[in-house]
Formats: sequence, C-alpha cells, structure tokens
Amino acid sequence: MQTKRMTFPGRWLPFALLAPQVIITLIFFIWPAGQALYQSLLREDAFGLRSTFVGLENFARLFRDGSYVNSLSVTVVFAVGTTLLSMSVALLLASTVNRMIRSRSTYTTLLVWPYAIAPALAGVLWWFIFNPSIGIVPYMLEMVGYQWNHRNSGSDAMLLVILAAAWKQISYNFLFFLAGMQSIPQSLIEAASIDGASPIKRFWTIIFPLLTPTTFFLMVVNVVYAMFDTFGIIHATTEGGPAQATNILVYKVYADGFIGLNLGSSAAQSVILMVIVVALTVIQFRFIERRVNY
Amino acid sequence: MVENRPWANVFAHTVLIIGVALVVFPVYIAIVASTQAPYELLRGTLPLLPGSYGIENYTQMWQSGVSSSNSPPAALMLWNSFVMAMAITVGKLFISLLSAFAIVYFRFRFRIFFFWLIFVTLMLPVEVRIIPTFQVVANLNMLNSFAGLSIPLIASATATFLFRQFFMTIPEEMLEAARVDGAGPMKFFKDILMPLSVTNIAALFVIMFIYGWNQYLWPLLITTDPDYTTIVMGIQRMTSEENPQWHLVMAAVVMAALPPVLVILFMQRLFVKGLTETEK
Repeated sequence: MQTKRMTFPGRWLPFALLAPQVIITLIFFIWPAGQALYQSLLREDAFGLRSTFVGLENFARLFRDGSYVNSLSVTVVFAVGTTLLSMSVALLLASTVNRMIRSRSTYTTLLVWPYAIAPALAGVLWWFIFNPSIGIVPYMLEMVGYQWNHRNSGSDAMLLVILAAAWKQISYNFLFFLAGMQSIPQSLIEAASIDGASPIKRFWTIIFPLLTPTTFFLMVVNVVYAMFDTFGIIHATTEGGPAQATNILVYKVYADGFIGLNLGSSAAQSVILMVIVVALTVIQFRFIERRVNY
Repeated sequence: MVENRPWANVFAHTVLIIGVALVVFPVYIAIVASTQAPYELLRGTLPLLPGSYGIENYTQMWQSGVSSSNSPPAALMLWNSFVMAMAITVGKLFISLLSAFAIVYFRFRFRIFFFWLIFVTLMLPVEVRIIPTFQVVANLNMLNSFAGLSIPLIASATATFLFRQFFMTIPEEMLEAARVDGAGPMKFFKDILMPLSVTNIAALFVIMFIYGWNQYLWPLLITTDPDYTTIVMGIQRMTSEENPQWHLVMAAVVMAALPPVLVILFMQRLFVKGLTETEK
C-alpha cells in the first residue's frame, strides 16, 4: 500500500493521529467480537453463576434446533424477495428515467428521498397501510375477496416486511442503476438503433449486459441490507411473528440474547453472522475491483 | 434519446408517474392520518383526504407526547435524535480525517496492520455483536448518556477509505511546497488538506447524518431513561401499545422523517456524490 513519495517525519505523531480511531475500534469492535467468540464456546448454568467450556456444542445445538433452521430459511426468503423486488422496480424506473431529457432530474428527486427514511419508520408506515382493522389495502383486498391478516398469516406478514424493506431500498438501487446507465457510451445505443433495434431489444442486448457489474454489486449490497439493516423493520412491526414466520437471523440474535437471556446460543449466532458478513464483504470487494477494470 | 417515438414517451411517463405514486403513497397516507380527528381512525376505514385536525395533533405530539406509552414530547425526542446524529457525524468525520492523514502522509511501523484493523470495523455491524458490545458499554457506565449513544458508532472504515483515496489524488507538489515554506504536519493538515477536502467532507456529512439519525437498535438497547429517547425509537414504543393512537403516531412519523428527507432534497448533489463514492 502506497504513501506519498515525500512524507512527514515523526515517530509519535502518526500514532497519536490514529489513536482515536484505533482505540474505539479495539474497545467497541474487536473486544466485543472476541467476547462473542469466547462466549460461544461456553454454557452458563440456569442461574448464570458458573459457566463451563462446552466446545462447539452451542453451534451443534443451533443446527439441531428447528427454530434456528427455520430462521435461516426465513432469512433466505426475506433477503431474496427484498433484493429481487427492489432491484427489479429500481431497474425499470432507472431505465425509464434514463430515456428522459428534460424531466430526468425532477423524477430523480421524486424517487431518491425514501433513502432517508429509517427502516423502523418504513416498517411502521407499511404496517399502518396494511393494518387489518383500519388499513386501506386490506379494505381494498376484501373487495376482491382476500382476507388480509398479518397477525395470523405467516405469508401475509412476510409479504409485508418484504414490501417495507424493498420500498426503502428502491432509491439506492435506482441511483446506482441510473449512474451505471449513464456511463454506457451513447454511440453503442445509437449504432444499435440505426441497425433497427427497438428500445426493448436495445435494453436486453446492450444496456442490461453492460450493467452486469452494477447488478452484481447491488445484489451483494441488497443482501447485506436485507440481512443486517432491517432489524428495525422486523422489531417495529411483526417482532418475528406470527409463529416465527418473520424471525430473521439478526432479530433472533437479539431475541435470544436480550429476551431469552441465552447468552451462549446468542453468541454462537453472532459468530455465524460475523462469518456471513465477512464472506459477503469479501465478495463485494472482489466485484468492486472487477468493476474498476471494466 | 436517439429517436422520436411519441407513444413510447407517453408510456414512459405513465410508468414513472405510477412509480412515483407508489413510492409516495405510504408517506401520503401518513400525512392524511396525522391530520384526522382521533375518532376518525377508530371508525374503520381511513379517509383518503387530509382532515382538519393537523394543527391539534402536531401540537399535542410536539408538546406532550403520548403519556400512556411513556413517550416524551416529540420536541425532546427530535432534539435527542439531532444531538446523537450530529455527535456521530462529527465524530466519524473527525477521527477518519485524522487517521487517513496518518496513513497517507506518514511512514511508520505497523501502518498496514492499523489499516487492516480499521478495515475490520466495516465487517462487524452492531447488529451481529450486540450483547458483548452492550456489556462493554454497561461496564464503562455509558448507558443512558449521549456518549454511550454516539461513541461506539463513530469508528468508520468507509470514511477513512474515502479520505485516504482522496488524499492520494492530491498532487505531491502541495506537500513539497508546504515543507519548503516550513509548514509542520498539523499546519499542512489544517491549512491545505482540510480546505481541499471540503466537498468530500460535505458529501460524507449528508450520508453520515442520515445514518446517525436513523439509528434504531443501538438506542433501543442502551437507553431506558425516557429523557434519552430518540424519535425513531419513541415511535416504536407508541405503536406497540394495545390500541395505538395512530393520528399521533403518524404525526410523529412525519416529524421524524422530515429532517433527513429535507437534507437529501436540499443537498441532492452532495448526497449522490457521497452515496456513489462511499459505495455503501
């Protein structure tokens, strides 16, 4: 890793400059992560007085436990659903906005602001719209004969949290898709249209393939978002219910640790999540590097 | 656009108008609900046009909050959110500028090691290590304080990377000229690097402010005292009642969403720059 050709001399100054960042990282990131690793190997007795070393028993238990396996599959459904929904809507909107000349910036402004809304608020907003007694969507659904109730039906609840999570993420995906499309050379598109390719054909044969790096990058970012940043949506609305139908992994870590007070199990879940984040971060950085080459 | 297809244009505008309507819809409903009389929301379906109780609802929420769910007045919650967001933003920018400066402009032992140590923070979001982090903060007696709300969140790998990247693009001659003129490292930092970084600082400020304002899990864990309730978290408390007072909840939602939305709308150029350059 390079520095400048010419640098400042100084033995202690660089350490002093780094100190605040490094101290905070050590105290609030490295130490707790180490604690989680350590606690994941221990089991506390019923009174929390003694803890014994149990090796990988906490992990083995997790995978034998039906509710953890359920939480894994719920997380996969939630992450895939959120990613697909929000990316496809964003791609449609971005490719349409990209056609516009005069109205482009107006539409962009109208589409970017949901990024600012906290996930928990997005959850509350959609929870209210879908509220079975006063919400507006259940009222309309009833007219076509569907009884919406996210308090009883697991699939209704899942659909609700996916909608809320995808809604908030549309603006992020939209901005990246739009930026990606604007970096595609105009000459390619002009050449294709001289050869008589329709806008739809141009999209699928030129624009979409050239957007692949952006698409892959966004897929990773969206999965990370759905897995880790949506705690607020779940906590403010379904609280993992009904019957664990929306109990995603980050919510389960919190619920088992703070409500169930099962520290060993919660720590083991933390460790698994850390492994997932590290894997996703590595993938993300590889794609960023590839994007730079392209 | 490469050719003129009037019908395609009509179609495109239709798609976009539907898209914008769907994106705006939840917030429109929130605004409508926040202007209704309390009984209006108990009667079954929600009206589709704003009511006339807006001023009453917002004033009540602003001044007294919802006592039945232990939510303080919105004025206090908004202030708490603002202090937390500003502390996180300023803290992140400050320590990231310093560490990027050290990494780019000095040669010292363990430089690469420290760089990777900072990089690790990118991989460990609060959500995955909540219990041990909570224990650390509790042991440091930082529960129910602004220090506890902000300091554990101010380490920032993304900001450090961005500033490092930017400092690498500053011409070598700047440093050479400054050293010939006898400027020390801190003088160079203050009088040359900082003014050059203003745009980057502002762009990151927008992103970090939104990040700080929207914090949820962390305040939820470490504040039990209503005096430190932030607005996003206070709204969750109001909705978890048996029969939430939706007209007040929605007034609070609008007030909670307004500051970050305004930041985006008024600083859209900086926001897009910050977002696409930090990549996360």
